[in-house]
Amino acid sequence: MKVRQVSIFLENRSGRLAGVLSEVAKAGVNIRALSLADTSDFGILRLIVDNVDAGVKALKDSGHTVSLTEVLAVEISDRPGGLAETLEALSAADLNVEYMYAFVCRVTEKAVVVFRFEDVDAALAALKAADISVLPANTVYAI
Amino acid sequence: MFNPQAEAMPREELRKLQGERLRSLVARAYERVAFYRAKMDAQGVRPEDIRGIEDIVKLPFTEKSEFRDQYPFGMFAVPMSEIVRIHASSGTTGKPTVVGYTRADIDNWAECAARSLGCGGATAEDTVQVAYGYGLFTGGLGMHYGAEKLGAAALPMSAGNTEKQVMLMKDFGVTVLCCTPSYALQIAEVAEQMGEDVRSFPLKAGFFGAEPWTQGMREHIEERLPLKALDIYGLSEVAGPGVANECLEQDGLHVFEDHFYPEIIDPETGASLPDGEKGELVFTCLTKEGVPLIRYRTRDITLLMNSGPCACGRTSRKMARLMGRTDDMLIIRGINVFPSQVENVLVRIEGVHPQYLIIVDRKGNLDTIEIQVEVTEDLFSDEVKKLEALRDKIHYQIKAMLNVSAKITLVEPKTIERGLGKAKRVLDRRQRI
Repeated sequence: MKVRQVSIFLENRSGRLAGVLSEVAKAGVNIRALSLADTSDFGILRLIVDNVDAGVKALKDSGHTVSLTEVLAVEISDRPGGLAETLEALSAADLNVEYMYAFVCRVTEKAVVVFRFEDVDAALAALKAADISVLPANTVYAI
Repeated sequence: MFNPQAEAMPREELRKLQGERLRSLVARAYERVAFYRAKMDAQGVRPEDIRGIEDIVKLPFTEKSEFRDQYPFGMFAVPMSEIVRIHASSGTTGKPTVVGYTRADIDNWAECAARSLGCGGATAEDTVQVAYGYGLFTGGLGMHYGAEKLGAAALPMSAGNTEKQVMLMKDFGVTVLCCTPSYALQIAEVAEQMGEDVRSFPLKAGFFGAEPWTQGMREHIEERLPLKALDIYGLSEVAGPGVANECLEQDGLHVFEDHFYPEIIDPETGASLPDGEKGELVFTCLTKEGVPLIRYRTRDITLLMNSGPCACGRTSRKMARLMGRTDDMLIIRGINVFPSQVENVLVRIEGVHPQYLIIVDRKGNLDTIEIQVEVTEDLFSDEVKKLEALRDKIHYQIKAMLNVSAKITLVEPKTIERGLGKAKRVLDRRQRI
């Protein structure tokens, strides 16, 4: 259920993002979802890709600072209040969301939200208990 | 001239005095300081071998690291009952160098600081605003005692609180300013922002030192402030400010040679160089009681001018403006910084050995320091708050250890240029002389 997210350190300079993405492209790795956190000095690019190992290798070989993080991809009903219900369940379980980002799945037409928790196992248990659908990793890589 | 008898002493007489004082200094140092006794014994030189000032070349050098190894009181030649003041270097390379002053030492230092002020035409009529830091750093107290010795009114502002500096400068009719050259410009700038016509203030002379500055900066200061900007030199191991000072000719700094004997040596071989040749400046404190200092290597590069008698009437030799350092020490806003200290802080923070680059620049009038740190996998986190916490921690530790506020920039690996041998750790973009 845990999805491996690739995180990359970026300096806040023009051309840095393009450089990372071209390395990923050269390795034939396709990006499924992406989020960019930025500050005035630096950024952190977070990617969900179809071939994690190939993506990480390509980035490390080209000298980038990369880390792998386990995140959860949660399917959210595409209706008002869908996300709020999920967050309430997490809040009830006293789980803190470090960050999150969303995308819409073409196949199921549902929204998918990627969550980063400090304690991913506790989060997984809480989501299951609340009967919230957590997508299997392979499903996410193949979206 | 504050003390014409000493400052305009005929050269022959001065040399004789220097020789007498050197003999007495060496005898005291040999008898009372184990460090000097061991060094002189190792070199096979006895106190009685020193007859005149020309014999100084027979004596061993004292290195800063040796001084530091004697921490805290190993260099002291008198019991603590005779010490009336202790100063210490910032100690940022490890332990500080500690200097104890007897009452006579304080008096001689005040005398030389008063002569320095006199070099700029200051007299008992003047009000001297001392905007060097007060504390273990010798700048503030050194100029303070000098001003009092001169009979002038000392205004002990210390550094900082610039608006108040401007207010009192105006309201008290301050005539003499002592601070770092960059802070002088800062004061001028703040005065302008406050709407003050600082050009109409009754200032006449400024004594600027504790950091490298240039002729260009002098012109800049003199445009902004209605004063003669004069270079003052000193270092805590020797005494403090007032070792040498420019006169109104603004052509070299008169060394108060009856107290501080200057030499220029080849930093590689240690050989003495004649006046007019550039090399490392070495000082012997001829009159120091608390901590006698023999042939102390300052690491500062300059030359002793052979331009003949100065128009001001002082007979002492003049040293040229500092031209650089023999080591990699940086002086940032008057604070000494070694790249190795930055490295120590970084290593201690995460137990890793990151690549870093120190970039020193001068923005407006203030020195700035930026430290670029490469984010390796050990340091990296996918969370912004953790990277920001890392950056803030480095900033805080650098501030705590080095006493300078550095901008910390996290950069991608391989951003920092690798040299073939030693990595280039410092980029100093400040204008050189």
